[in-house]
Amino acid sequence: MRPQSRLTFPRSLHPGAWWLWAIGLAAAASRTQNPVPLLLILAVAGLVVSARRSTAPWAKSYGAFLKLALVIIAVRIVFQALLSTGSQGPTVLFTLPEVPMPEGSGLKLGGEVTLEAVLRAFYEGLQLAVILCCIGAANSLGSARRLLRYVPGALYEIGVACVIALTFAPQLVTDAQRVREAHRLRGRKTRGLGSLKRLAMPVLEGALEHSVDLAAAMDSRGYGRTTDDSRVSRRLTGVLVFGGLLGVCVGVYGLLDGTTSSWLGLPMLLAGSVIAAAGIAVGGRRTGRTRYRPDPWALPEWLVAGCGVTAAVAMFVNVAVAPEELYLATVVMVPPVPTIAVLGILVAMLPAVLAPPLPVVRAPRPLEVAA
Amino acid sequence: MIRFEDAGVRFTDADRPVLAGVDLRIDEGELALVVGRTGSGKTTLLRAINGLVPHFSGGTLTGRVLVDGRDTRHHRPRDLADVVGYVGQDPLSGFVSDNVEDELAYGMESLGLPADVMRKRVEETLDLLGLADLRDRPLAALSGGQQQRVAIGSVLTTHPRILVLDEPTSALDPLAAEEVLATLQRLVHDLGLTVVLAEHRLERVAQYADRVVLVPGDGRPVVSGAPADVLADAPVAPPVVELGRIAGWQPLPLAVRDARRKAAPLRETLTEVEPPDRETAVTGDVVAEVEHLVASYHQVPALRGISATLRRGEVVALMGRNGAGKSTLLKALVGTKRPSGGRVVVDGQVPTELPPADLLSHVGLVPQVPGDLLYATTVGDECTQADRDGDLTAGTTQELFARLSTGVPLDQHPRDLSEGQRLTLALAIVLAAEPPLVLLDEPTRGLDYTAKHRLVEILRDLAADGHAVLLATHDVELVAEVATRVLVVADGELVADGPTADVVVSSPAFAPQVAKVLAPQRWLTPTEVAVALASGSRIPR
Repeated sequence: MRPQSRLTFPRSLHPGAWWLWAIGLAAAASRTQNPVPLLLILAVAGLVVSARRSTAPWAKSYGAFLKLALVIIAVRIVFQALLSTGSQGPTVLFTLPEVPMPEGSGLKLGGEVTLEAVLRAFYEGLQLAVILCCIGAANSLGSARRLLRYVPGALYEIGVACVIALTFAPQLVTDAQRVREAHRLRGRKTRGLGSLKRLAMPVLEGALEHSVDLAAAMDSRGYGRTTDDSRVSRRLTGVLVFGGLLGVCVGVYGLLDGTTSSWLGLPMLLAGSVIAAAGIAVGGRRTGRTRYRPDPWALPEWLVAGCGVTAAVAMFVNVAVAPEELYLATVVMVPPVPTIAVLGILVAMLPAVLAPPLPVVRAPRPLEVAA
Repeated sequence: MIRFEDAGVRFTDADRPVLAGVDLRIDEGELALVVGRTGSGKTTLLRAINGLVPHFSGGTLTGRVLVDGRDTRHHRPRDLADVVGYVGQDPLSGFVSDNVEDELAYGMESLGLPADVMRKRVEETLDLLGLADLRDRPLAALSGGQQQRVAIGSVLTTHPRILVLDEPTSALDPLAAEEVLATLQRLVHDLGLTVVLAEHRLERVAQYADRVVLVPGDGRPVVSGAPADVLADAPVAPPVVELGRIAGWQPLPLAVRDARRKAAPLRETLTEVEPPDRETAVTGDVVAEVEHLVASYHQVPALRGISATLRRGEVVALMGRNGAGKSTLLKALVGTKRPSGGRVVVDGQVPTELPPADLLSHVGLVPQVPGDLLYATTVGDECTQADRDGDLTAGTTQELFARLSTGVPLDQHPRDLSEGQRLTLALAIVLAAEPPLVLLDEPTRGLDYTAKHRLVEILRDLAADGHAVLLATHDVELVAEVATRVLVVADGELVADGPTADVVVSSPAFAPQVAKVLAPQRWLTPTEVAVALASGSRIPR
């Protein structure tokens, strides 16, 4: 047995496996507004992150995503309570002063706030928040940047563009801070619209210079040395990849939406995948690039990805078998426990132990003493 | 290895070619140093070697450039990636990935080398450049010297025969610069690599060069030859060469060691003369006072209890490693960094409590990147803005700028100014409100010798006018020229505070070349020696 197939061999898991696992959980969350499975997904994601995240800077991003999720829920509730129109439900919690709006505009500001409206807003917000947290979990377990290393050759240029964008965004923030400090030194106010313009000038100019430097460096280091650069193969790759991805997008939409006609779902997804795969294969032959030390894809990767997929499949089965457990008849009822979905989500918790432990970072070696 | 045959470069819209009629030969295994003033075309010459000029930059290349037998007219930079490794001015902006190992592998991935070759070469390069302990560190977390070594390593993995570097040590402190230069030395001597580098800090590299290429600019012909011959009458020269010229040594020494061996008679003559004492001149009022100053960034202490005073008429140099706390001290003095303990008083005020509009009349800082201060579209606008910000009579800033830097058209865009002109513009803006305390952060970064001489004059005038000047710098030669006092910080603590000669003469890292040659005597600059010799003593041969 190769060491990377063992569950106890310390190494960092292929980022693709974490993303598949997280996408599985997110897909499960997208099919229900029942708070029981949603909160369970949130708990599972949090548990796995705390068990298997590294010490790298991006691993802290889960906290940020969690905060953002809370903000989404809060915003949703506030807006629903203040602005929602039409019948809200019979249980009035309290009454806000109402601002008169033009007759027939369909708008409402203030007025009665009902329990039903608040609960509905909470459930809808929760669904979005949980999906967001799944993405956050994926990002802190296997950084988006590491994942981009595995972009297939045909999409290589897009991958590079994404990596650079990921590097430049924080750089832009530091630059802006530096320039703002400099403005204070010139005795200018650092707030207001006028100062924003003066801030943007040097920051954007700096970013542009950076980009040109980077482009020069990449060109000098052999970026874009392709082996077969004929126009036909380039066009063919473009059409196949673009068409295929379009198909995949439509397919995923059809599958997750659940209300569109059935041919938009799985068949479209499969057809799109096949076309995209063909495009990627053709394009991959075009670039002569090789890959340095790719992360292995072995048993632990299959298991982790499988756990995520299990959660999604269990949820889809549950929707087909007992939809009433996942779509609440009224928001005020006590939410039922969807057995199959819950079992599937619990399986997704296993990566907390199935994924190999992370290698402990070696402390810097002490000065070597001559023997 | 590299041949320029009657090569010339002209950029579109330029009325003059940057380079014209360049005939140049750099042989295999040479370390060639390219010198010249800013804007003379050094970078263009370097970029022509790997084809970035004209393929990437645009413009027209006349004549031809042959690199290892390949004509750059027909080979794009990416096609030369296996022959020429090019490292640009700012290593951080050339990085494509985010950790050391991936960065080293990037070039090989582009060339399509097999995985086992890549693995082996990465390990070899990590060892060669002493980066093994940093292999999975994020690039942004490395020090300047380490980043520069990673940048060199990242082009070495493709096994090029030529390495081209644009100002590899400009931004580094003296020790980090030595680290990088030692690496280059090793590559030339052990691997027989051909290295071409441009550098303003000649004192750091002249001794290692096998050949010096002087780019005089303005389309005048490029001169190339043995270092001692070219530097003998070049407009730019390191202090040790200037000392050699003054003392009339033949052949000219390039390294401190060569000069030291010739300097015994000179030292003997100079024993009869007292070196000028700068400290006595300063008796001005206290302008700024810091007491037990403590500052930190998220639990990481940057300053741990620093106490110092600055008086009118002083030029004080603040020295120390990158990250020792120099910039933090400057920021605390202008109030952009709030101290977590201790006291800062500048001109009778607490800087953090001053509103931005009043700040400039008490203290002014020229930041490390002077361009940060500028945002108008012309030099003239910039000056008018500064007058308005500081409530000054119209034209004050412009007049001051004209005095500091002559012959700059007012309708020019600040981005098009040379590094030195941009610095003087920022300085003029800061000085217009006449702050008693002037702070400069790394002012000589990217300045050539001429611009540096001008800066020295400006700083001396400021001190004579009763300003207190504090400059954070790595440039030991600048410190030797201008500073009356030196503060050395290490790890957030003040480890030395005293007259320049006392602090730098005995320090291996901070001593200027002249001090190293003439120690234990306390001479710091070639000019001091020249003046002393002219005032009576016989010139020793």
